[in-house]
Amino acid sequence: MDALVAQYSRPAFANEGYSEEEQQELSQATPPLSLKFALPPIARPAAFLRATTDDHANPNCPIKLAHGTTTLAFRFKGGIIVATDSRATAGNWIASQTVKKVIEINNCLLGTMAGGAADCQYWLAYLGMQCRLHELRHKRRISVAAASKILANLVYSYKGMGLSMGTMCAGVTPQEGPALYYIDSDGTRLAGNLFCVGSGQTFAYGVLDAEYHYDLSEEAALELGRRSILAATHRDAYSGGFINLYHVKEDGWVKHGFNDTAPIFWRTKMAGEFSNVTSELV
Amino acid sequence: MRGATILKASDDKTRELNKHTLMAFTGEVGDTVQFAEYIQANIQLYSMRNDTDLGPSAVANFVRGELARSLRSKKPYTVNLLLGGMDPITKKPSLYWLDYLAALAPLPYAAHGYAQYYCLSILDKHHHPDIDYEQGVKILRMCTDELKRRLPIDFKGMLVKVVDKDGIREIEYDDSKPVASA
Repeated sequence: MDALVAQYSRPAFANEGYSEEEQQELSQATPPLSLKFALPPIARPAAFLRATTDDHANPNCPIKLAHGTTTLAFRFKGGIIVATDSRATAGNWIASQTVKKVIEINNCLLGTMAGGAADCQYWLAYLGMQCRLHELRHKRRISVAAASKILANLVYSYKGMGLSMGTMCAGVTPQEGPALYYIDSDGTRLAGNLFCVGSGQTFAYGVLDAEYHYDLSEEAALELGRRSILAATHRDAYSGGFINLYHVKEDGWVKHGFNDTAPIFWRTKMAGEFSNVTSELV
Repeated sequence: MRGATILKASDDKTRELNKHTLMAFTGEVGDTVQFAEYIQANIQLYSMRNDTDLGPSAVANFVRGELARSLRSKKPYTVNLLLGGMDPITKKPSLYWLDYLAALAPLPYAAHGYAQYYCLSILDKHHHPDIDYEQGVKILRMCTDELKRRLPIDFKGMLVKVVDKDGIREIEYDDSKPVASA
């Protein structure tokens, strides 16, 4: 009898919040776009993909994906600096010198792209959409932790199937303050103060680590970000083009230009750096 | 190193070729010391026969020649080298970078292996042609700190030698302090 009563009586607050139907609708509204991909009609799609696109395993692969990059982001007392180069390469070919590798997810959240250009472009756009839906559903902006986790869970569900991306999510929210996350296609998701991603990462790390402090002034932080990307574009053949600079503050991000590396390099050289580069004809 | 074991942490990977030229080497185990000492012996033989030392550029070109000859033999030496020298006559310092394919390049600063990826960008920024000794050591510290911070391997023991007008000397270099990471 008690069981029968329990089955038909509802607590007084049962009608508050989302109904079961609504909840189901909400939870089912998310996946279709991302999870119902047609897979190639072969036995092992992952192995097939590797054979056709993995330059490293098979130098004669028919499809060369756009790869090399330098991107960096670091937290400091004034917020977060995000900087990238703008070169897209496919094998030895420079496919573009004017790529926007920072995607503006909303006016407080930025994502960076490194790795496969198509993967990054598509999934960061998808992340942007999910963030907007989160905002509409919950009537407040998504936290950086949650946004980065949407992407991390998504790429993890495709693990081993050939996704190639190394991204950073940077943003400032009232709950978290300035927050920075690194996410890659292996499924790694890390919170941290400082990350460099891409084929030029080591060169950027070299310059950045040597002079990084949390208490950097805004001006010094912007200059350090710019100089670190410049170092990478100078030494890494797969990085170059323009330096894309952003500063994320409490009240949103501010763009600090999309500047050609060549004049910046020569200006820096005139100040006495890059002394291994000779400008005379020998 | 032998497999996963460190046999000696204080191994000197340099050889003095003459009073003011020092050669540092890395590469295939066995090849390195064998080649370095062969070069050392020949440079010393030249000094004894002619009662005068070869200058750094002459030494560098000799080493390159020997490496190029070896490269075309049945079993070439797999050795990468850095050659630092002070010209005894002009009193000019010079640095030469040589790899196992016998490429020779005179450079203001140089590195081999993974160190290139981390240190060259630091040196690009902080090296100026007219820095003094103290500033030089400070840049070296930036480089070794970065290697400690970012390389997955922990290289035990640092050996620092200075080549200047007074010849070659080893300096005290404390690398026991832990490095702060962001």
